[in-house]
Amino acid sequence: MSRQMTLEVAVPERQVVREETSAAQLPLATGYKGVLPGHAPMMAEIGTGVLTFKTGAGDSYLALNGGVAEILPDRVRVLAATAEPAPEIDRERALRSLERADKRLQMENLEIDADRARRAIARARARLAAAGSGAR
Amino acid sequence: MPSLIDLRRRIRSVNNTQQITKAMKMVSAAKLRRAQQAAVNARPYAALLGEMLGNVLSRADEDSAAAGHPLLARREVRRILLLFLAGDKGLCGAFNSNITKASRRFLDENGDKQVELGLLGRKAVDYYSRRSYSIMGKWDLIFKNVERSAAQEIAGKAMQRFSAGEIDAVYVLYNRFKNVLTQEITLLPLLPVLPSQDKGGGAADYEYEQPPEKLVAALLPRHVVTQVHQAMLESAAAEHAARMTAMDSATRNAGEVLEKLTLRLNRVRQASITTEIIEIVSGAAALE
Repeated sequence: MSRQMTLEVAVPERQVVREETSAAQLPLATGYKGVLPGHAPMMAEIGTGVLTFKTGAGDSYLALNGGVAEILPDRVRVLAATAEPAPEIDRERALRSLERADKRLQMENLEIDADRARRAIARARARLAAAGSGAR
Repeated sequence: MPSLIDLRRRIRSVNNTQQITKAMKMVSAAKLRRAQQAAVNARPYAALLGEMLGNVLSRADEDSAAAGHPLLARREVRRILLLFLAGDKGLCGAFNSNITKASRRFLDENGDKQVELGLLGRKAVDYYSRRSYSIMGKWDLIFKNVERSAAQEIAGKAMQRFSAGEIDAVYVLYNRFKNVLTQEITLLPLLPVLPSQDKGGGAADYEYEQPPEKLVAALLPRHVVTQVHQAMLESAAAEHAARMTAMDSATRNAGEVLEKLTLRLNRVRQASITTEIIEIVSGAAALE
């Protein structure tokens, strides 16, 4: 019997995930971090990226954007601003917004908000990555 | 004795009213289901957020930067902001009048302090706009679709004023949705944030990926916004529930009135038939 921990992911509107998992990978603001059951208590900010977790049925993917995570030996709790499970992601829309943001960056127009465009790109990439992994 | 025509007219009018109240009840029931679902769905996030915040703050030292966040500052309370949530519409029983009474009571109890009002919902705006109170903001018709962005705006304003030291405490007064039949008038202290004291997740200290004060700074405003949002969702659900109950009893009352009127109508009808028969019989008898 392998060790398990509870993964909870909630966004303001609803709880997205509450499942037992044997391993998870979190997109922290400082980079990806793998978490196994029995991890030392920790708190960290969530960046933009893909949350991967293993369940009995295989791997699941969520596109996260912003939030805070709390890691305890027997549970991982993520409060995200947005969290989209791979099956719910609209790939077309993510692709379009990626293109749009790319174009905005290349315009070299001083009036555009380069930071905003970069964040939009990161979000779109995370969505595509989550959706892409989910399709496999 | 009312005439037959009068009675028929009244029966028709009561019948129409009953149909309206019945339709309103159905509409409220449908809206209630959605509002209730939204309120219930939002609970896990609020609960997690509260717990996590408590966990961080209970580990923070008294004089650390994390414990010194402006939203935690406790001052002597002289100026209060009351966020007052009433309904957007009437016809929901005592829903609006109860909460309005509660707000008046709050104002009376805090008569020695300066109280500012933030009004949420048309009925709240209507009631206090005509009276001389200092009003921080009015948000009209926000319960049709409770948006987090609205909660963000309202809570943001409150937090900004609190951090600037313009107010010393913020309360939220709203109807909490307990069940379909009961709304509970709730006074929620919003600011300063009072962290729960129990230390969850074992006694061990956390490792921090970011400095704790940065995490607290990320969690605290979210917590405040979430509490306002939750109050709005609860109030919206409670309003629909109150309207549904009120319309249900109105429909039942209309049914009772209809029954009484029908009985009277039949009596009057029979009486007039009897009179007619007597007239005919006595007319025939006079001919013999």
